[in-house]
Amino acid sequence: MADTKTPAGRAVHPAVGSSSGPLNRRRTRKQVRATAGSGRMAALLVSPTLLVLTIVVLYPTLMALNESLYGAKGLDPKTGFISDTEPFVGLRNYADILGQAGERFWNAFWNTTFFTVVTVALETLIGVAMALIMHKAFRGRGLVRAGILVPWAVPTAISGLLWRWIFNSDGIANALIGHQVLWTTEGFHAKVAVIVAEVWKTAPFIGLLVLAGLQVIPKEVYEAARIDGASAPRQFWHITLPLVKPALLVAMLFRCMDALRMFDLPYILIGAQKHSVETLSMLAQHEASNVRFGPASAYSVLLFLYVFLIALTFVRLLGADLIGDVGADTRKRKGRRLRIPAPRRKEVTA
Amino acid sequence: MTLTEKWRGGLLYAGVFAVVAYCLAPFYWMLVSSLRRTSDIFDTSLLPSSVSFENYRAVFDPAQGFGRALLNSLIVAGITTVLALLLATFTAYAMARLEFRFKRLILTLIIATSMFPVVSIVVPLLKLFTDISWINTYQAMIVPSMSFALPLAVWNLTTFFRQMPDELEHAAMVDGCTRGQAFRKVIIPLAAPGIFTTAIITFIAAWNEFLIALSMTNKPAMQTAPVAISKFTGATTYETPFGSQMAAGVLVTIPLVVMVLLFQRRIVAGLTAGAAK
Amino acid sequence: MKTRITRAFQCSAVLAAAGLLLSACGSSGDDGSGQTGATSFEGRGPITFVAGKDTTGTLQPLLDRWNKLHPKEKVTFIQLPTDADAQRQQMIQNAETKSDAYTVLYLDVVWTSEFAAHRWIDQLPEKQFPLDKMLKPVVETAKYRDGLYAAPSTSDGGMLYYRTDLLKKAGITQPPATWAEMKSACAKVKKLPEAKDMSCYAGQFQKYEGLTVNFSEAVNSAGGTVTDANGKPDVDTAEAKKGLDFLVDSVKDGTIPKEGITYQEEDSRQAFQSGKLVFLRNWPYVYSLAGKSEIAGKYAVAPLPGLNGPGSSSLGGHNLALSSFAKNKATAVDFMKFYTSEESANYFLKEAALAPPYTALYDDQALVKQYPYLPVLKESILRAVPRPRVVQYGDVTAAIQQEAYAALNGSKSSAQALKNLQKDLQQKYAAQ
Repeated sequence: MADTKTPAGRAVHPAVGSSSGPLNRRRTRKQVRATAGSGRMAALLVSPTLLVLTIVVLYPTLMALNESLYGAKGLDPKTGFISDTEPFVGLRNYADILGQAGERFWNAFWNTTFFTVVTVALETLIGVAMALIMHKAFRGRGLVRAGILVPWAVPTAISGLLWRWIFNSDGIANALIGHQVLWTTEGFHAKVAVIVAEVWKTAPFIGLLVLAGLQVIPKEVYEAARIDGASAPRQFWHITLPLVKPALLVAMLFRCMDALRMFDLPYILIGAQKHSVETLSMLAQHEASNVRFGPASAYSVLLFLYVFLIALTFVRLLGADLIGDVGADTRKRKGRRLRIPAPRRKEVTA
Repeated sequence: MTLTEKWRGGLLYAGVFAVVAYCLAPFYWMLVSSLRRTSDIFDTSLLPSSVSFENYRAVFDPAQGFGRALLNSLIVAGITTVLALLLATFTAYAMARLEFRFKRLILTLIIATSMFPVVSIVVPLLKLFTDISWINTYQAMIVPSMSFALPLAVWNLTTFFRQMPDELEHAAMVDGCTRGQAFRKVIIPLAAPGIFTTAIITFIAAWNEFLIALSMTNKPAMQTAPVAISKFTGATTYETPFGSQMAAGVLVTIPLVVMVLLFQRRIVAGLTAGAAK
Repeated sequence: MKTRITRAFQCSAVLAAAGLLLSACGSSGDDGSGQTGATSFEGRGPITFVAGKDTTGTLQPLLDRWNKLHPKEKVTFIQLPTDADAQRQQMIQNAETKSDAYTVLYLDVVWTSEFAAHRWIDQLPEKQFPLDKMLKPVVETAKYRDGLYAAPSTSDGGMLYYRTDLLKKAGITQPPATWAEMKSACAKVKKLPEAKDMSCYAGQFQKYEGLTVNFSEAVNSAGGTVTDANGKPDVDTAEAKKGLDFLVDSVKDGTIPKEGITYQEEDSRQAFQSGKLVFLRNWPYVYSLAGKSEIAGKYAVAPLPGLNGPGSSSLGGHNLALSSFAKNKATAVDFMKFYTSEESANYFLKEAALAPPYTALYDDQALVKQYPYLPVLKESILRAVPRPRVVQYGDVTAAIQQEAYAALNGSKSSAQALKNLQKDLQQKYAAQ
C-alpha cells in the first residue's frame, strides 16, 4: 500500500516545505478559522452524525434508564397470574444490586475489569508487533494482510464454539499440552481460556488500525531519522510510536469499550453463571432472560456508567493526542509531546 | 548484502510466519473440523481421517437459505458501512480540521452512545420498530447497526485525518482549490489506507451483528448469516451441529477475506487517484 | 409524585426485608381481568408455528398435509435458533411486544408455568384434547394451577445405557436396579483386561440445564424431593442428601470420570460410544446414534437405577401452546389438535423417534420392534418426576445448578449445598 501512496507524498511535500514551520503553522490555522466561520460549518458537518445517533441510541437508552426504575412484575397468589404492570421502585434495583446481590456484582465487576486490562494489554502488544511486521515490505504482503483479518472476521458466536471445542476435555488444547485441564470448570484456567480466545480474535483489530496508522506516516520522516543515525529502537520510540499513537489509542479505546461489555465469549465458551468468568453484561443478560427488565436495565446503566467513566478518563488523559488542540490548557500540558513530530517534519521537508 | 541484513530478512520472515500461524492455526482447526464426518467430529488428528463435505452440503441445503442469508448480510453490512463512512467523513473532517466549541464533549458523546449494552436496548427498539412496522425490513437492522458503526468510523477517521499535516491542504488551497476540493484531492488519497481499514473494520462489525438481526426478523428470507448459523442443528435436538456450524463459520469468513483482497488494491488505488494529478 | 415514590419505597422495603421482590406492589394494576376460564377462540385464517429447527425433516410434510386440507388457513413455519434459551428469549420478546407474528408455540415442558402465569399463552379447553389417553406425568407438564395451557406433543425420559458385552463377560446377567448394584457391577467389569481404563458411569454434570435434570433424578431416585407440585421446596432432607451424595461420592472415588463435570449430552454420548464408560444416563436419542458407532450391538437400555430400587427420571419434551396475542385462534386450536393427535404422534415416533405422549403407542408391537427401548422409556416416563413447576423456573434452575455444581466440584459439602439450596428456593417460593 505504501507504494501507491508515495507519488502523492512526493508530489505534495515540496510545496509544504515553503510554508511550513511553527509560525506559519499557527497562521494557517488562524486563517482557516477566520475565513470559514468554522462553528457553523462544523455544526453542519457534525449534525447528521449526531442526529442519527440520537435517533438510534438516545431513545432506547432513555427507555432503559426509565425502565431501571421499575421492579419485576408481581404474581397475584390468588389468580396465579403475573400482573401487567411493573411496580415503580425508584432506585431500589440499584440498591439491591449493590446490597443483596453485592457479592455477585463485585465479582462480575472485577472479572470484567480483569479481562479488560489483561486482554487489551496483550492485544496491544501483539497487535503492534503484528503491525510492525506487516509494515515491512515483503512478497505476499497483501495476502498476509487479508489473512490476519480472519480471526476478527469470524463471528463471535462461532469463535466461542470453536474455542469451546478446542478447550473440550478431550480437545486439541489438552492433546497439545499433553495434560488434561478441565478448562470449562470454575477456576483460573477458565479465565485463561477466555483470555486466549478473546486476544486471538481481537488482536488483529488493533494490528490493522496501527498498520493503517503506520502507512500514513510520510516515508521521509524515517529517511531523515536514518540520516540522523537513529537506531531502530530509537526510531521506534521517538518517531513511530508518537506518530501512530493516536491510531493506537483509538483502537485501544474501542477495545476497552468492547471488552468491558464482553458477553458472548465467556457465555458460550465457559457457560452461564460461572463465577470465574461472569461479567457485568452476563448479569444484565441473566436478569433480562428471567423477564426482570428493570433490574436488567439497572445493571446495564451501571455498566454504562463504568464504561463512560473509562472513556472519559481516556479522552481527558489523552485528549491532545486523540482530538488535537482542544482547550488551551491541554495544549500547554501536552505541548512538549506534540512538538516532537513537528520539528522532524520540518527537518524532512526543509 | 551484509550478514546483519540477511539476519534481518530471516527475522522478518520468522515474524511473518509467527503472525500467520497465530491468526490461522485456530482457523485451520475450524476448517479441519468442518471437513470431518459427523461420526468422527471428536477426533483430534491434525488432518481429517477422511475428508467429507457433508457439513458443507448441510449448510447449502436449500431449506437453510444460507445463500440468501449471505446476501442479506452483504446488503445490511454494506449499506451500514457506506452510510457510516459517509456521515463519519464529514464529522471527522470537522473534528480534525475545524476549531469549535464543545468538540471534546461531542466526541465523548459520540463514543458514549456506542456503549450501552445491547441486551438492554433490544426490547425498547423492538417495541419501537413494531409500532412503525419495521419488522422484517433491512432498515431495522441497518439503523441500529449505525449505533456502533458510526462512532467507530468517526473516531478512526478523525485520527487518520489529523495525522495529515494541514499544510498540504493549505498549499492546495493556495493553488486555487476550494476547501472541499483540497480535502478530497489531498487528504483523502493520503489517508486512503486509514479509510480503507476503517471501512473493513466497520463492515466486519456490522456483518457479525447478531442480537438485533435475530430480534428484528422472523422471516427466513430476511435473516442474516449469523442468524442463519444459529439455526443450524444436528440430526436430533441434543446433537451439536458442530461440524456444520464450523462449515458455516468458514463460509462466512472466506468471502470477507476474498472481498478484502479484491478491494484492497482497487479501492486504495481509486482513493489515491485524485492526488496524482 | 413524591408520595407515590415514598410509598413504592416503603412497599418494596418491606418486601425486600422478607426476601421478596415481587407481588403486592404490582397487583394494584389490572389483575386477572378476563381469562378465568378458557376463552372462546375466534377467527380463522393463516397462522404460524414457531419452533427451533426441525431436526428430522418430518415437520414440513405434516404442515404440508395441514395446508392441503386447509388452503385458507395455512400455517407457516417460523424457525428459531437451535439454542433453547434463545428460543425462549424470542418467544418472550414477541409476547413483550404483543406481536401477532407468532401463533402456535412449541414450548419446552419447563416453560409452561412461566408462560401461563404471564398470560403469554391462552388456557385451552381440556375437553378438546384426548388427555385421558396420554401418560399422566406428560399431561401434568402442560398444566398450570389445574388449568391446561398446552397440548402435549412429545415427551422424553432418561434411561440407563449399559454395555451388554462387558456385563456378560463379567458374569452379570441383569442390568443394575440400584446404585450399589451398578457400582459392584462396575468393579467386576473393571477387572476385565479390556475394561481396566474405563470409567463406570456418567450423566450430564456441566453447569447447565442438564445438571438440574441429573441432580433432580438423583434426589428423586433416593426418595427425596426438590419441590412439591406447587413449587414448595423440601430439599434439605436426609433422602435428598443420599441422592446428592451418590453423585458427589462417585466423582470423588472415580466412578464418574473427573471430566464428567464438563459433560453435556453430547460429551457423555461420545464418551460412552468411544468405550470410555460402562454405564451412561442419557435420553432416547442416543439409542440409534450409538448403533452407528464402534459399540454397535454391544449396548442396551434399562430404567435408571436408584437408591433402593429403580430410580425416577426427569421429564423432557415439548408441548404446543397458543400465543395470547395471536390472530385466528380458532384455526390455531384446530391445528394444535391435528398436530398432537395420536395419528401425528405415531408418525413422529415412526419417522423421527420422538417419544409420544400416548400410552398405547408404547405397547404397539410393530413400534416396539422398531424401537426396542420403548417399554423401558414408558416405565421411565411413568415413574418420572417433573422438574419444579414454578413461574420463575429460570431462577430455580439457576439455584439448583449453583449448589449442585458446588457440591460436585468439591467446593461445598453436600449438606451445606442442600441447606443453601433450600434457603434459596424457599426465598423464591415465598416471593411467588
